[in-house]
Amino acid sequence: MAKKKLAALDVNKCIGCMECMFACSRRVGRGGFDKSAIRVRSAGGIERGFVIVVCRACENPPCAKVCPTDALSARKEGGVILKEDKCIGCGFCTQSCIMGAIFWDNERNKPIVCKYCGECEDYCVHNAIGMVGIKAEER
Amino acid sequence: MSMKVKDMNRVLNIDLTKKDIKIEARGDLFDAYLGGTGVAIKLLEEECQKGIDPLSASNPIIFAVGPLTALYPSASKTVAMFKSPLTGNLGESHCGGRSAMAIKFAGYGAIVIKGSSDIPVYLAIHGDDVHFRDASSIWGVEAVTVGRILREAEKGSGVRTIMRIGRAGEKMVRYACAVCETYRHFGRLGLGAVMGSKKLKALIVSADKSVEIPKATRKEYKKVYDEIQDVVVETDAMEKYHDLGTSGKLYDLNKIGGMAYKNLESASAPEEIAKELSGENFAEKFLSKRVSCSHCPVGCVHLASLRELYEPGYYFKTSIISYDNEPIWATGFMLGMKKAEDCLRLMDAVDRVGMDVMSTGVTLAWATEAYEKGIITKEHTDGLDFRWGDVQVYSEAIIKIVEMPNEFYQNLAKGSDYASSVYGGQDYALAFGGNEMPEYHTGIACYLNNLTGARHSHLDSAGYDLDQKLIGKEFTIEDIVNALLKEEEWRQILSSLVVCFFARKVYTAEAITKALDAIGMENWTAEKLDDLGRDIHRAKMDFKFREGFSLAELRIPKRIFEVPTPHGFLKEEDIRKAIELYGEMIGRKE
Repeated sequence: MAKKKLAALDVNKCIGCMECMFACSRRVGRGGFDKSAIRVRSAGGIERGFVIVVCRACENPPCAKVCPTDALSARKEGGVILKEDKCIGCGFCTQSCIMGAIFWDNERNKPIVCKYCGECEDYCVHNAIGMVGIKAEER
Repeated sequence: MSMKVKDMNRVLNIDLTKKDIKIEARGDLFDAYLGGTGVAIKLLEEECQKGIDPLSASNPIIFAVGPLTALYPSASKTVAMFKSPLTGNLGESHCGGRSAMAIKFAGYGAIVIKGSSDIPVYLAIHGDDVHFRDASSIWGVEAVTVGRILREAEKGSGVRTIMRIGRAGEKMVRYACAVCETYRHFGRLGLGAVMGSKKLKALIVSADKSVEIPKATRKEYKKVYDEIQDVVVETDAMEKYHDLGTSGKLYDLNKIGGMAYKNLESASAPEEIAKELSGENFAEKFLSKRVSCSHCPVGCVHLASLRELYEPGYYFKTSIISYDNEPIWATGFMLGMKKAEDCLRLMDAVDRVGMDVMSTGVTLAWATEAYEKGIITKEHTDGLDFRWGDVQVYSEAIIKIVEMPNEFYQNLAKGSDYASSVYGGQDYALAFGGNEMPEYHTGIACYLNNLTGARHSHLDSAGYDLDQKLIGKEFTIEDIVNALLKEEEWRQILSSLVVCFFARKVYTAEAITKALDAIGMENWTAEKLDDLGRDIHRAKMDFKFREGFSLAELRIPKRIFEVPTPHGFLKEEDIRKAIELYGEMIGRKE
């Protein structure tokens, strides 16, 4: 099966319910969003709509480039893979991502990066987000 | 930071007089009463002494969430409880937005605000960090602007609630509301006035915690969550509330002649007005966005976009206005508006000052009829010519209610019940138990709901729904009273969990016990829930009676007997008999 990534398909359909955020943390037995790799917030007032912040699975990810310990490495299909035992919690990756799509786990002092598992997609009943093919032709 | 399920019982006590806080674990309350309404009424019993002035420092404000809050779909509401300055007894109002999620993940089951500040303040509650901040610079500022200012001044973007009041709250208009996230409201019964009396302009609560689901039940949690999610998404709730929103029912309700039009001059508007003010028309012409409360997939909140030329020279403004069934009714049908955009203009005017749109509409409708009948004159109205459908006059009147340039507007700011007690016209002052009516003129059940419901809100026991279900069927008064009481008792459970009433069909006793089980709250059964619902309801009624509420003295405006409902004309003797029966059922003769 072709590898996929998560994408904001149509931000206009986002109702700001945050179910994607809750779904992400639920995977690890949490009610809340402190383990979530996706965020939704208003674009400065609900009337302006919402911003969906999620890893774009960059082809040449800046976050991996700045990681001093190679804990973050570029994934062949785009995006990154985190090797937690190598991570020293410096936080450079979060600074390098201009999307703000690398979140922080304060309990473990490590980044939270999207694994492209698609769990959140199942709870987006209005189809604002969804899994898409990595390559343009698969979309 | 994560907390355990059993720690979801912390109460944040805030003293505005001493500018002091205390956080207490209240497992005793949350174990026995779940949360929300159940815990709030117990805290109100503890904190609110008999006979206090609702607009004095002694009146506590309680915000409470429940065990399901932000852990399951559509468990998205916060319960506010206080002594109402409008009715003089139980004040309870519910609001969604992000309020419930923020309070829960700030780590609280409830927030209790006591005392009164010497200077205007706002509260910044960032998890366990609580700050009293000087609000002098935002005192007098519109609720919408306060939101914009605090959004920049405080942290927590995306995971917080900003509750605030407008000028009406500051001036203690008895039906001033508190606004959350610009478009949601603790609308009814005057929470805004109570906040204003404490010089509390706003509170911002931001989340910094999560709940750890017990390892043993994690699989079950996900399973039960998915089951509930599927039902929420697949029942008619989704279609009903997402597509057109609550305003989807306006046209049909008007068609059956079950809705107060022009202060209940009749029970339906002319066809062309009904079409113009229908949910369909609002959606087609003005709907610009649908949004939801945190952790609710429905998205019932409908935002309209109104573009207007407001000054020559191409000065346009685009206002975003949230509309719903009740606001369209209160500004439109009740005040005889002819155009949907005029309703939006009035909703916007009401929102800017921060008043309950239902009480405002009904109070202005009473004033219009009283003016027509000559008991109110231009001297009273400060020169305004009250006339059905005049959006300009009503917009000015809304500002005058807040500014109170004379005694008439001071009285109007106390609601239609009070104003009519001063000037007359009680027969058509459509308030019940001191609270202005909702739109329904569907039959005996809706009025019994208004009269006997603990909050005098149509959502207490949904009498309007029962009336409509009974059209063409045989029933007795006993049947009605029984059904209403049972419904109101059950709704205490929903508002203790706290789940949105729009998801009431999803949260059956079975679903609730499973949902509680799956987060490690065992031993709840359908029977226990039923018993608790009854206990909470009686506790609320006890509070009302303690504060002077009387079933026997309930005022019933004659107007409701003069206009036929879909069930025909109502009779006062039937309603009185039903009230008496209700009193017997809850063990109250007063």
